[in-house]
Amino acid sequence: MIPGDGIGPEISRSVKQIFEADKVPIVWEDVNVTPVLKNGKTAIPDEALHSINRNKVALKGPLETPIGKGHVSLNLTLRRTFDLFANVRPCKSIIGYKTPFDNVDTVLIRENTEGEYSGIEHTVVDGVVQSIKLITEEASRRVSEYAFEYARSIGRKNVTIVHKANIQKQADGLFLATAMDVAKNYPDITVQDALLDRVCLQIVQDPTDFSDTVMVMPNLYGDILSDLGAGLIGGLGLTPSGNIGRKASIFESVHGTAPDIAGKDLANPTALLLSSVMMLRHMKLEDHADRIQKAVLKTIADGQHRTGDLGGKATNTAFTQAVIRNL
Amino acid sequence: MNRAVSRQIPAASRSFATATQIPGAANLNGNVYAGRHTVTLIPGDGVGMEMAGSVKAIFKAAHVPVEFETFDLSSYNPATDANKLKEAMDSIKRNKVALKGILHTPVNRLGHISLNVGMRKELDIYASLSLIRNMDGKWATRQQNVDIAMIRENTEGEYSGLEHTPVPGVVESLKVVTREKTERIARFAFDFALKNGRKKVTCIHKANIMKLGDGLFLKVCRDIAKEYESSGIKFEDMIVDNASMQLVSRPSQFDVIVCGNLYGNILSNIGAALIGGPGIVPGANIGKNYAVFEPGCRHVGKAIQGSNTANPTALLLSSIHMLRSLELDDHASRISNALHKVLAEGRVLTPDLEGKSSTTDFTLEVIANL
Repeated sequence: MIPGDGIGPEISRSVKQIFEADKVPIVWEDVNVTPVLKNGKTAIPDEALHSINRNKVALKGPLETPIGKGHVSLNLTLRRTFDLFANVRPCKSIIGYKTPFDNVDTVLIRENTEGEYSGIEHTVVDGVVQSIKLITEEASRRVSEYAFEYARSIGRKNVTIVHKANIQKQADGLFLATAMDVAKNYPDITVQDALLDRVCLQIVQDPTDFSDTVMVMPNLYGDILSDLGAGLIGGLGLTPSGNIGRKASIFESVHGTAPDIAGKDLANPTALLLSSVMMLRHMKLEDHADRIQKAVLKTIADGQHRTGDLGGKATNTAFTQAVIRNL
Repeated sequence: MNRAVSRQIPAASRSFATATQIPGAANLNGNVYAGRHTVTLIPGDGVGMEMAGSVKAIFKAAHVPVEFETFDLSSYNPATDANKLKEAMDSIKRNKVALKGILHTPVNRLGHISLNVGMRKELDIYASLSLIRNMDGKWATRQQNVDIAMIRENTEGEYSGLEHTPVPGVVESLKVVTREKTERIARFAFDFALKNGRKKVTCIHKANIMKLGDGLFLKVCRDIAKEYESSGIKFEDMIVDNASMQLVSRPSQFDVIVCGNLYGNILSNIGAALIGGPGIVPGANIGKNYAVFEPGCRHVGKAIQGSNTANPTALLLSSIHMLRSLELDDHASRISNALHKVLAEGRVLTPDLEGKSSTTDFTLEVIANL
């Protein structure tokens, strides 16, 4: 467990309490990932590294981005250290929290290691900058395979490859061709491709068009579309996220540390709870996952114990207790 | 499913009948003989022909003094059209002003590059303007109080077309950002804001990740913003993923948006979806010497090609902006009033606006209201 900063400790405590109440067979090892400078490079403290490598599964709260020289983005460091190649972002409408978009049920898988986030940039001459987007067959294959496997595991019979290969013919072209190749190994799943612009248009016009498919795409598009999806259902406070890697998998809430309400028992633990449910499914603890998910959603739907961000007045503690009662 | 929302007309109502001032579009000194302007017309692929037909019919009925030099370019037959493309480009260079539909771009990597992108680069029409607004009308929309001018850099960024495969299975695609081009798109955005009484320009970027590229874009926008500070135009910036989220949940917070090529593509599609679809979003591509007016949310519409169901509003609105840039304000207003009346009445609407009428019916209705 990586509680994180700000409201991190409070919401992780909620998760632990709910897990205990449901007698989930998990023992938590709390670690701190605040980076240290090792040999001049940003690194995760050894204790955290060993713990995650040993246990292979982690749940993470929000992290404060350290300001200052030499500190690479912490999320980037985690990603690289554990080779987290796929980011899974489901977005499902939460009953009890109304948005202009109903019945959203999208699943998006984002390539997490390369693409536009390779960090390869240089100034050619003063005033001219080149940023390099890197697409490799290996990474495209890895994330596509995961997408098809994931689709199978959740019973969706279709995968949609999202790209802009009409404009980036080689880069997105490679991603698309590789994904189509992977599709051949999954004859039980149909595959189609869609241009990014069309997807952005359609998902806002009618998100239910995407209820039966798993979308897979390169890094930047995935970043934008996953936040777009969150916007459709009510924000990052309600969205779970899972990062799948070869060496370990880290499930996390993707909202901020909310320093203004930290320590005041006002935080909404829903995002971290839903991420922990994803984690349970990943660990094949389906029964516990189902029960906890149902309890969380029922608590929100019932309406008496909603936290401030959902328009209610309940404290974190009250919400957590209500979820436990609903188990 | 969409749900019906009651219409609210914003207090400071800026209807399309009030001319939007587009920086640089009016001083083009195009091709005029005896009061008749010659304009290049490229209907484009998909529903292009049908929409262009509608515009021509309405222009004729309104006695608009515009001659069209039409080029039936089609991206589906690029080989035979190589010469036609050159003719079309020369025509635009002569006439300075063009009206255009969208040309299809094949996904096939052996296929040609986007003709749309190619044209924009050759003519250096660097500023793409899309106007995304709730209009008077009964169709259901996801959000209200949307009134966004999306200004997108048209010639560099992710659409540089510079890619290479150093070894098989590894591709590098270059995104180019230059101070020069960023400066001019930023100026265009602020000039637009100034001319149209807009209050805020938001720069969209991902400078936290692309520190050099988007970092340069952001910095230049900030520098230009300072030059317009005394006019009271506010400047803010937002990261693109957050912007996407904000756009679907609270679009009223946005006024003028300035951004690079790809982000503009994404955001204009999201915006179009909020207000009723690409069928009603007008656009313009403005450069130093040329202006090409085309629908603001660029889709070919292949699926409904030939079915006489396309909504010509986007192209028609774009053509109205074109008329204003040609200083044919009276004609522009006449057509604009007729169009808005038909849309607001709601009796005759194309399927994308939940109507049952055909493109032809809609066109005739606009003509009847002239």
